[in-house]
Amino acid sequence: MIRFDNVAKRYPNGHEGLSGVSLHLEPGEMAFVTGHSGAGKSTLLRLIGLLERATRGQVWVNGRNLNKLRSRDIPYHRREVGMIFQDHRLLNDRTVFDNIALPLVVAGMAHAEITRRVRATLDKVGLLKKEKVLPITLSGGEQQRVGIARALVSKPPVLLADEPTGNLDPELSREIIELFLQFNQVGVTLLIATHDVDLVDRLGRRIVNLRQGRVASDTVRE
Amino acid sequence: MTRQGRSPKFRRNRNPVTWLLRHAQMSLSSLGRLSRSPASTLMTAAVIGIALALPSGLHLLVDNVRQLSSSWDGSASLSLFLSEAVSGEQAEAVRRQIDRRDDVAESRLIDRNQALAEFRRLSGFGEAIDLLDDNPLPAVVVVRPHDSVAGVEGIARMAAELQAYREIDMAQVDLQWVKRLTAITGTIEHGVAILATLLAGAVLLIVGNTIRLDIQGRHSEIEIVKLVGGTDAFIRRPFLYEGLWYGLLGAAIALLLVLLSLNLLDSPVQHLAGLYASNFSLAVLDPLSLLGTLFGGPILGLAGAWLAVGRHLAEIQPE
Ligand SMILES: Nc1ncnc2c1ncn2[C@@H]1O[C@H](COP(=O)(O)OP(=O)(O)OP(=O)(O)O)[C@@H](O)[C@H]1O
Ligand SMILES: [Mg+2]
Repeated sequence: MIRFDNVAKRYPNGHEGLSGVSLHLEPGEMAFVTGHSGAGKSTLLRLIGLLERATRGQVWVNGRNLNKLRSRDIPYHRREVGMIFQDHRLLNDRTVFDNIALPLVVAGMAHAEITRRVRATLDKVGLLKKEKVLPITLSGGEQQRVGIARALVSKPPVLLADEPTGNLDPELSREIIELFLQFNQVGVTLLIATHDVDLVDRLGRRIVNLRQGRVASDTVRE
Repeated sequence: MTRQGRSPKFRRNRNPVTWLLRHAQMSLSSLGRLSRSPASTLMTAAVIGIALALPSGLHLLVDNVRQLSSSWDGSASLSLFLSEAVSGEQAEAVRRQIDRRDDVAESRLIDRNQALAEFRRLSGFGEAIDLLDDNPLPAVVVVRPHDSVAGVEGIARMAAELQAYREIDMAQVDLQWVKRLTAITGTIEHGVAILATLLAGAVLLIVGNTIRLDIQGRHSEIEIVKLVGGTDAFIRRPFLYEGLWYGLLGAAIALLLVLLSLNLLDSPVQHLAGLYASNFSLAVLDPLSLLGTLFGGPILGLAGAWLAVGRHLAEIQPE
């Protein structure tokens, strides 16, 4: 589902965010990307969502070579890759419902279908009662769940999360991870960047550890 | 997962009904967004309206002046100054001869004594005149041309013919002002065309700048829409509709302004026309100006928005 072939990302200032990374995620696989600050976790995810382009090597997502994707195809690529951010990136002047509906609206889905899907997704993340409120009135954990619902609502085959538990206390963090495990059970491919090693260590999932832009280890902890 | 061979194609929504529906929704939601800040919307639209009203208003004015001058051609007269050699009795004979012409409706002789008396009365130089031994003024035959003598050229031709008479020193057409007016209106007409071009540019800039500010204000929204897979066309659309609405509102305001000015001008013009016994009435907006304003506004608005969107949307990329 996701494949990196000897990928490097050199930023315009000359700094190499990633160097020589090769990686393969099967469809339905769930993996964590760990590493110190500056190791290249965010860079790795940004290459998959085409927020950046690789400067060397090839990135494949869902059978497509991203290097060969024209810029007018990028929006269609992003519809297949749900992205979740530490800072949520919500529209603060729109209701929770409207925020979650956004990916469906841009895809031109019919109104009734949007309502049905948004409600179903709100139910999944446990925010059914909050659909009419503005995101700023929610707690950090709730806002994060709105962000997750938005990434999930269009049922993308791939879900990326960059520090999704960054600002949350351990209990909320575990709840979020629990949600991800549920999504994975229905076949979504997940790649989650985090520096919270304790949180992911005991899950028995694949962990890709980055160090200075390179893969230092790629293991499944039991 | 196929590493070899062609990549699977993206599914694009090309249903025309959905497409139309989305456009209708988008245009309404753009209008809704504008109506949520009525003061600033009206202000921008008013500036556009004034810019659009000026050329069509001026065009209308020039049109009316031209019509006015042509409707007054008929009341122009010719003053024929008889030569020194023509005696008092001969002068009346000359007048009768002129009066027999087909193109003369009416003629009147002002003999030298009358001319002097009139000059004394009107000029205020009475005492200076008294100092002269001789009456320096020639006899004058004032001619009103027949209605069949059309326009400035017809009267000028008639004057040239009369000037050829031996007894007539000079045929003066009291029409100079009409000619000048025609020249002036011609010049103004050119000026209006230039002004219209400049103001069209101004409308483009006004809308462009308004949309640019709007794009900046919605920076994070645009970023997020790009993140969740909004196409450039999707992001562009509300701004283009906004430009279109601004242009349409501006055009409506422009037409309102022109009609209002016409209304205000109507009664003084009727008064003026009455003074000159003319049956002149104000021309209303011609179809060209009307359609020009009605379509020009939205087209300029759309073009201004397009310029702003083209320049500034690409700069916004999600982090
Ligand atoms: N836009 C950029 N321009 C230049 N250098 C960048 C840019 N983004 C990231 N980098 C550099 O690339 C390296 C990898 O950054 P990245 O954000 O991927 O790290 P990270 O593992 O996500 O760190 P963190 O845990 O702090 O989020 C860092 O050294 C960073 O300074
Ligand atoms: Mg990071």
